[in-house]
Amino acid sequence: MEDFVDAFFNLDIIRRASPILWSGLLQTLLLAVTVVPVGAVGGVLLGLLTSSPNKTVRRSFALWTDFFRGVPPLVLLVFIYAGLPFAGLDTGAWGAVVIGFLLNTSAYYGEILRAGIESVPRGQVEAARSTGLTATKTMGLVVLPQAVRNVLPDLVSNTLEVVKLTSIASVVAMPELLFQARQAQNATYNASPIVAAAIAYFIMLWPVVRLISRLENKVLVARR
Amino acid sequence: MADSIISARAIWKSFGELSVLKGIDLEVAEKELVFVIGPSGSGKSTLLRCLNRLEEPDSGSIRMDGTEILEKKVDINAVRRRIGMVFQSFNLYPHMSALGNVTLALRHVLGLPRDAAEARALAALERVGLADRVSHMPGQLSGGQQQRVAIARAIAMEPRVVLFDEPTSALDPELVGSVLQVMRDLRESGMTMVVVSHEMAFARAAADRVVFMADGEKLEEGPPASIFGNPRHERTQAFIRQIERH
Ligand SMILES: Nc1ncnc2c1ncn2[C@@H]1O[C@H](COP(=O)(O)OP(=O)(O)OP(=O)(O)O)[C@@H](O)[C@H]1O
Ligand SMILES: [Mg+2]
Repeated sequence: MEDFVDAFFNLDIIRRASPILWSGLLQTLLLAVTVVPVGAVGGVLLGLLTSSPNKTVRRSFALWTDFFRGVPPLVLLVFIYAGLPFAGLDTGAWGAVVIGFLLNTSAYYGEILRAGIESVPRGQVEAARSTGLTATKTMGLVVLPQAVRNVLPDLVSNTLEVVKLTSIASVVAMPELLFQARQAQNATYNASPIVAAAIAYFIMLWPVVRLISRLENKVLVARR
Repeated sequence: MADSIISARAIWKSFGELSVLKGIDLEVAEKELVFVIGPSGSGKSTLLRCLNRLEEPDSGSIRMDGTEILEKKVDINAVRRRIGMVFQSFNLYPHMSALGNVTLALRHVLGLPRDAAEARALAALERVGLADRVSHMPGQLSGGQQQRVAIARAIAMEPRVVLFDEPTSALDPELVGSVLQVMRDLRESGMTMVVVSHEMAFARAAADRVVFMADGEKLEEGPPASIFGNPRHERTQAFIRQIERH
């Protein structure tokens, strides 16, 4: 039992590792507040494009969305970071992360929003257009707000996944939480820093998990 | 007819193989209430939806106040702000209050500032008897109240004409009266209206002219007394007999 505590909950080691764990946590937060908005903006754009009345536009971007939902994000990130330089395009670690997450995350947000847009009854658009609202204003003022509301639990769930996914930035040597925890583990031959990182993730994301449950309950109640 | 607001001529419309409107004409004069009746699938809704181009006619001409609105270069949004429409299923925006539903187009189509839009919306909601429901969400209103908000949304734009597509068909019988009363008041105030509906008693009492449609054609039209009391066409007779039985 003592060995177990020593290997996973060694407070002394965690205390010594805490400065770099802390910096890792900040880096993870910085990553999250960068890639979530980037992915969300891209997602709105993709959601609109895959809902386009133009068949060619709609189908092309549906294919695009499928592709980037199908490619593993880790593979995508490594390709951008280590593959593109061969084509003379060196993005650096931040560049690779931003581009990789833009491509991956926007595809997921986009697909969720497309489903949301589709869930808004046709009569809503007709009512708005019959008053003289333009197609753009109808989308922005009538359709999108309802679409977002209809898929809010999915959007928040996806955001949770994206924050967790920021740990893949460690493969491009970005000193985020997991990366720092592994550095500390390697230096101390002890897994406690990893456990500390897991706890940090949990504390950070638990409120979001609760929020999702509450939103889902609300949707269930509203459907009744 | 010089005072004709809408003058639709030879409107043809098909959906794929299905010919829904077969060269229909419709005149609507200022302050007139035109009632359109006919069996299900005869093209009543399609005709109404062609008048504000929610449905694009295949051919024909629609003049509104003398201007051809089927031309490609016409600003259809400018035309639509002068044609109100009320739908069978209300189609209120569920994420906005009654007031929000009415002010949306006032602000974002007419460009009124918030205060002016709200003042005008309040007046419209008052006209439909809902001054005490302005901040209710559609989900908190009865069907009859929702439809009256929808009417307020249409008339707040001060349109030249309002199109009603079966405004009471989705309502419980006890709620129909309140909506018909609002429509009657509108008519009194001189609003030009085109109404598709099965409310025959209302047609007899309020319509200036009844148009009977079948299979995408206008079979006959005339004052309610003659269409209901003395229909010429046998399909009109059959239809009216069937309706009266209910
Ligand atoms: N968007 C559409 N696509 C294909 N067919 C359509 C479309 N809209 C209407 N139709 C068809 O056109 C015909 C006329 O429809 P319309 O809704 O105009 O009839 P209606 O007279 O309003 O009938 P009801 O009394 O049942 O409302 C019907 O056969 C209908 O199925
Ligand atoms: Mg109809």
